[in-house]
Amino acid sequence: MTATEAPPAPPTPPTPTVTEAAVRKVPRRKRLIPYWLLLPGILWLLVFFALPMVYQASTSVQTGSLEEGFEVTWHFATYWDAIQEYYPQFVRSLLYAGTATVLCLLLGYPLAYLIAFKAGRWRNLLLVLVIAPFFTSFLIRTLAWKTILADDGTVVGALDALRVLDVTSWLGWTADDRVLATPMAVVCGLTYNFLPFMILPLYTSLERIDGRLHEAAGDLYARPATTFRKVTVPLSMPGIVSGTLLTFIPASGDYVNAELLGSTDTKMVGSVIQSQFLRVLDYPTAAALSFILMAVVLVVVTVYIRRSGTEDLV
Amino acid sequence: MRWIRRNVVVVAGLLTLAYMILPNLVVMVFSFNKPKGRFNYSWQTFSLDAWKDPCGVADLCGSLTLSFQIAVWATIGATVLGTMIAFALVRYRFRARGAINSLIFLPMAMPEVVMAASLLTLFLNMGAELGFWTVLIAHIMFCLSFVVTAVKARVMSMDPKLEEAARDLYAGPVQTFVRVTLPIAAPGIAAGALLAFALSFDDFIITNFNAGSSVTFPMFVWGSAQRGTPVQINVIGTAMFAIAVLMVIGGQLVSDRRKRAAKP
Repeated sequence: MTATEAPPAPPTPPTPTVTEAAVRKVPRRKRLIPYWLLLPGILWLLVFFALPMVYQASTSVQTGSLEEGFEVTWHFATYWDAIQEYYPQFVRSLLYAGTATVLCLLLGYPLAYLIAFKAGRWRNLLLVLVIAPFFTSFLIRTLAWKTILADDGTVVGALDALRVLDVTSWLGWTADDRVLATPMAVVCGLTYNFLPFMILPLYTSLERIDGRLHEAAGDLYARPATTFRKVTVPLSMPGIVSGTLLTFIPASGDYVNAELLGSTDTKMVGSVIQSQFLRVLDYPTAAALSFILMAVVLVVVTVYIRRSGTEDLV
Repeated sequence: MRWIRRNVVVVAGLLTLAYMILPNLVVMVFSFNKPKGRFNYSWQTFSLDAWKDPCGVADLCGSLTLSFQIAVWATIGATVLGTMIAFALVRYRFRARGAINSLIFLPMAMPEVVMAASLLTLFLNMGAELGFWTVLIAHIMFCLSFVVTAVKARVMSMDPKLEEAARDLYAGPVQTFVRVTLPIAAPGIAAGALLAFALSFDDFIITNFNAGSSVTFPMFVWGSAQRGTPVQINVIGTAMFAIAVLMVIGGQLVSDRRKRAAKP
């Protein structure tokens, strides 16, 4: 959502005609204003966002141990070893994040549509209800899923009685008649945690659609389904794109849901990076893993943005 | 049957809303629980014990205070720096605009764990002591981009004629900025600040990497998921929820009254 071209700067007040030197002096001081405005913030980002990336790149090609210290030896094999050892976690992360993103879109679209077009005077209340969960720490809310999906709870009991668990365990989503500590629980948690990030951009783009366009489509004998497919969806594309990005990017690096709701068989790459960095203290491997994750996400995002044809969004 | 078919969007939307609200209700109900073991995951008996003594667990309220302090300072830092950047981006021409735009966009397009890990490598290499300051630095860093986005949207939609009018009426540049520009940009700045506060207060991944032995509230909850979850966590979650909802409703009432007063 960056403006490549800024709106024209407000015209400077007419300078009274004075000597040429004064005319040259004023604009020069003015020309420096944007740089002074940008300096502190950009410096902050350079030192604490960009520079760390450089340090991380250097760490990933170091060898050594915690006791003897690490040294840059251009040991690129770390990357290869990391991929070989942890590719299941990588594949799993992308798979879970992708599934959660699709689920968020499927669940979020009706709600965004409802708020934008059908809510009437309930619109503000519904918007508050969408944002309200944020006010309780997301970790507490994620722990609540442990209660909801408990082995002897109502949800699991109902799913079992309806034979849903047989199907899901045949698909490998659940195991042993339980939902907790299975891929299904992790995806369910991811979907839950990132739903608002899908709904809000969807709502913003749907709300901008002129209602008369729907009427026009109806007047031209389009059935509701056709109107939805040919008018509503294309016009809400910016919301779909930013919503899926806001869901997929954080979900791919998340380890909270996998750790709290999953088991050792559902670990995502975020968990591996976290434990390598904070517990195993194998910094080169952790840095390499984190770099690979960054590269994968950036490639996926770039390709996705190109294909969806909304480059002006970024 | 026909009613359901006609209202399929409403039904689906409300089901999604239920999915989103359900965990909050569970948190609320379980704040009145008296669990048997160390974990507050299954319902036993009704009790008000935790509500009577919300700070009754060691370190809980300390972590809450720390989170609050960090969030306040991170909000101030990110809002000031972010507002300056937003004004520069909208109002002025300068070199390297593309590079600066990407530098602002990238932190929002990066999985949190990547930023967390790389920042930790920087701090380790510099030999910085992990704690309050490293967390604050990290929070200002990742809140900054969000503030820039929020303020920029507002400043861009501002009518430049208003400032021209102020200058035509002989207001100096400082006066124009303080009396005209800032009040119009205020809602954008406030939105950015609120977002920064919420992001900072609830951040876990970046904090977990860079906090050293300091414990913020989300880190306390994370630790308790391993050691045993005290009911007090639910009390605080419920209280924060209630306060925030009351503030939203109060704000709505005030703005309604203002609108009504402005009408006749």
